[in-house]
Amino acid sequence: MAVLPIKFTKTKRDKLAQVLWVLNWISVVTGIILFSLGIFLKVEINKRQDLMAESQLQSVPNMLIAVGLIACLINFLGGKICYDCVDTNKFLRWKLVMLPYIICTFFFTLSVLVGALMCYSMHGQLEEALTLGLRDAMRHYKDTDTPGRCFLKRTVDLLQIQFQCCGNEGYRDWFQIQWVSNRYLDMSQREVVDRLRSNVEGKYLMDGVPFSCCSVNSPRPCIQHQITNNSAHFNYDFQTEELNLWTRGCRQALRDYYTNIMHSVGLTVLIIWLFELSVLTGVRYLQTSLENVLRQGDPECESDGWLLENSFVETARSNLNIIKHLGKFNQINISSNGDPNLDKPPTAHYGPDNVPPKPLPMAS
Amino acid sequence: MVLLKMKFPFQKRVRLAQGLWLLSWVAMFSGAITFTMGAFLKTELHRRSEVMHSMDIHIVPNLLMAVGLASVGINIFAGKVCQDSLDPSRFPRWKTFLPPFFCFSVFLTSLLLVAMILSFALQPSLEESLKIGLKNGIRFYKDTDTPGRCFQKETIDRLQIEFQCCGNTDYRDWFEVQWISNRYLDFTSKEVKDRVRSNVDGRYLLDGVPFSCCNPASPRPCIQYSLRDNSVHYNYEYQTEELNLYSRGCRQALVSYYMGLMNTIGPCVLFDFLLQMAILVSLRYLQTAMEGVIGQEDVEIETDGYILEKGVKETLLETKEKVKKLLQFAQVGDASATTTDAQPEEEKPATA
Repeated sequence: MAVLPIKFTKTKRDKLAQVLWVLNWISVVTGIILFSLGIFLKVEINKRQDLMAESQLQSVPNMLIAVGLIACLINFLGGKICYDCVDTNKFLRWKLVMLPYIICTFFFTLSVLVGALMCYSMHGQLEEALTLGLRDAMRHYKDTDTPGRCFLKRTVDLLQIQFQCCGNEGYRDWFQIQWVSNRYLDMSQREVVDRLRSNVEGKYLMDGVPFSCCSVNSPRPCIQHQITNNSAHFNYDFQTEELNLWTRGCRQALRDYYTNIMHSVGLTVLIIWLFELSVLTGVRYLQTSLENVLRQGDPECESDGWLLENSFVETARSNLNIIKHLGKFNQINISSNGDPNLDKPPTAHYGPDNVPPKPLPMAS
Repeated sequence: MVLLKMKFPFQKRVRLAQGLWLLSWVAMFSGAITFTMGAFLKTELHRRSEVMHSMDIHIVPNLLMAVGLASVGINIFAGKVCQDSLDPSRFPRWKTFLPPFFCFSVFLTSLLLVAMILSFALQPSLEESLKIGLKNGIRFYKDTDTPGRCFQKETIDRLQIEFQCCGNTDYRDWFEVQWISNRYLDFTSKEVKDRVRSNVDGRYLLDGVPFSCCNPASPRPCIQYSLRDNSVHYNYEYQTEELNLYSRGCRQALVSYYMGLMNTIGPCVLFDFLLQMAILVSLRYLQTAMEGVIGQEDVEIETDGYILEKGVKETLLETKEKVKKLLQFAQVGDASATTTDAQPEEEKPATA
C-alpha cells in the first residue's frame, strides 16, 4: 500500500520536471538569501561585541551561513537532475544517484529546521551575555586612559543615545559605580573626600548619570546631577519626573532589538524550509514515477508516483532489517554445522533425462 | 547647406534603428533613476524643513522629478518610432509628430543641465535659509509650552546629536540666547537675579550649552555649564579643550551634507543628460534618413541623414516666417469673418 500515490501521464511528468527545474533555481536564490541572513546576523552581533560577554551566540549565524551555502549546492545539483529528467535516456544517468540525493536532502532540510529553531531559542544566552557585558562596560566607563578599554565610554554613550536607554536595568545602576575618573576629581576638596570615604571600596559614588541618559523629549533642560535631591533644582520632584531621563534599561532595549531581528530571521528560515520540503516532495514523485516507467518499459506510458512504496510501518521494518543484516555479512553459515571445510554434495542438473554420467574406468 | 550630413545605406539604417531601440530602454531606466534621486533629495530636504526658512532649494529636486518622468515618456515614444522605422509602410504616420517632439524633448533635456547649475547657484540661498531657520530654532528652544513652537527643543536636540554639531556657527551661539525657560528658574535666588539684571533685555544668559552639544568621544564626563570658568572644574582649561563639545556649527554641517548629496547626484544626472541627447540626435538622423525612403519603390537604397536641412541661420529664419504666417493666418481668419458678415448685408439691398 503505497503512501500518497499519484498517476502521472507523460505530459504531466514532463511538466513536473520543468516546474521542478525552475523551483530548484529559485531554491538556489533562497539559499543565497539564507547565506546573506547569516552574514547580516553575524555583522549585527559583532557590532555590539564590546557590550556582550563571551557566549555561544556566534553559533547561530555560523549555522545559517553553512546551511545557506550547502542549500545552493544541493539545489544546483537538483536543478541539473530535474533538467535531465525530461528525457528518459538521460534519467538513466542519474538513476542511481537520485535516491541517495533525496535522502541527503531530507536530512539537510532537517538541519535548516534546526537552524530556524535555534533562532527562536537564543533568548536565555542573549540575556545573560547582555547582562554581564553591559555591567562590565559600565564599570570601565571611566577608564578612558586604559588601552583596550578607552573606547568603552564612547560605545556606552552612543548606545544610550541610539537605543534611548539608560544603565543596565534603569538609571539607578549609574549610582552604584564610579563613572567619573579620578583624573578629574579634585582630591583636595572636602566634598570629594567625604564621598570617597562614604563607602568601603573608596569609590566616588554620586546620584548623577552621564549626559547620554538625557531624554530629548523633556520640556526642561536635562538634570543629570543630584537627581534624587529635590531641593537642588527649582520646581523639580524626582518621584513624578518621567521625561527627564530615558526610563528604559539598555539590557531590555538591546534584548528587544535582537529578539526582533532573530524572530524575523527565524520566520524567513522557516518559510524557506517549507519551500525546500515541497521541492523535495516533487523530486521524490518525479523519481518514483520515472523508475516505474523504466520498470514498465514503455517511455510514453502512464505510471504511478509515490512517497513510499509500502506504508510507513513496513518501510521502517524493512529498513531496520537491512541495517541488522549489514552487520551480519561476515558471520558463519550454521547449516554446515560450523565447519566451513565440509564438502557439501552439489545438487547438479544432469541434462533432460537427469541421468548421472558413468564413472570413468580407472587405469590400473 | 546641410548640417552634419551622413550617408546611410540600408544596413546602417537598420542597425541604427535597432541600436536606438535598445538605447531608449536604457535611457528609460536612467530617467526612472533620475526621478527616484529627485524624490530622495526632496524627502531629505523636507525632513529638516523645520530649520529651513525658505523653500527655494526645492526647485532642484522638483526639476529632477519632472524631467525624470518626462524622459520615461520620451524614451517610450522614441522606442516606438524606432520599431516602426524598420517598416517603411508604418513610418509615415509619425512624420507630423516628430518635429514638435524634437523641440519639446530638447527643451526638457536641457532642464537637466539647468537643475545641475541651480544646485550650485542656490547654495548661498540654502545657507541663508539655514542661518535664519537655526537662529529661530535656538531662540525658541525654551518655549516648550508655547503651541506651535513646543517641538523646537526636540528638533534642535535631535539635529545636534545626529549631525554632531552645536549651535548655528558654533557653540558660542548658545551664550547669547536664553535657552532655559523661566518656569525652571528660581527668581528668589540671588544668582538668577544677578544674571537677569546683567543685560538690557532681562534674559537669563549663561556660558552653558544644552546636553545635545556634548561629544561622546570626550575622555571626561561632559562639561556643559560654566564653560568659560576654568576654576569651577578640576583639571580643565577651556582654551585648549577640544573634545568636550562638538566643535562644528550646525549650519555648516547641514550645508556640507546637502552639498554632498547633490554632488553625488550630479554625475548621474549628467550621464542621463548625455544619454538623452545622444538618443535625440540619433533619432533625428534616423528620421531624416527614413524620409528619403518614403515613396520610393526600392526600400534598400542609400539615403542621406542630417540634423538640419539648411544651415542654422536659415532654419531659424524659416521658423520665424512660419510662426509669423501662423499668427497672420489667425488674424486674417478674424478679418475675413467680419468681412463675410458685412457683405451679405450689402448684397441684400442691391437685390431687393
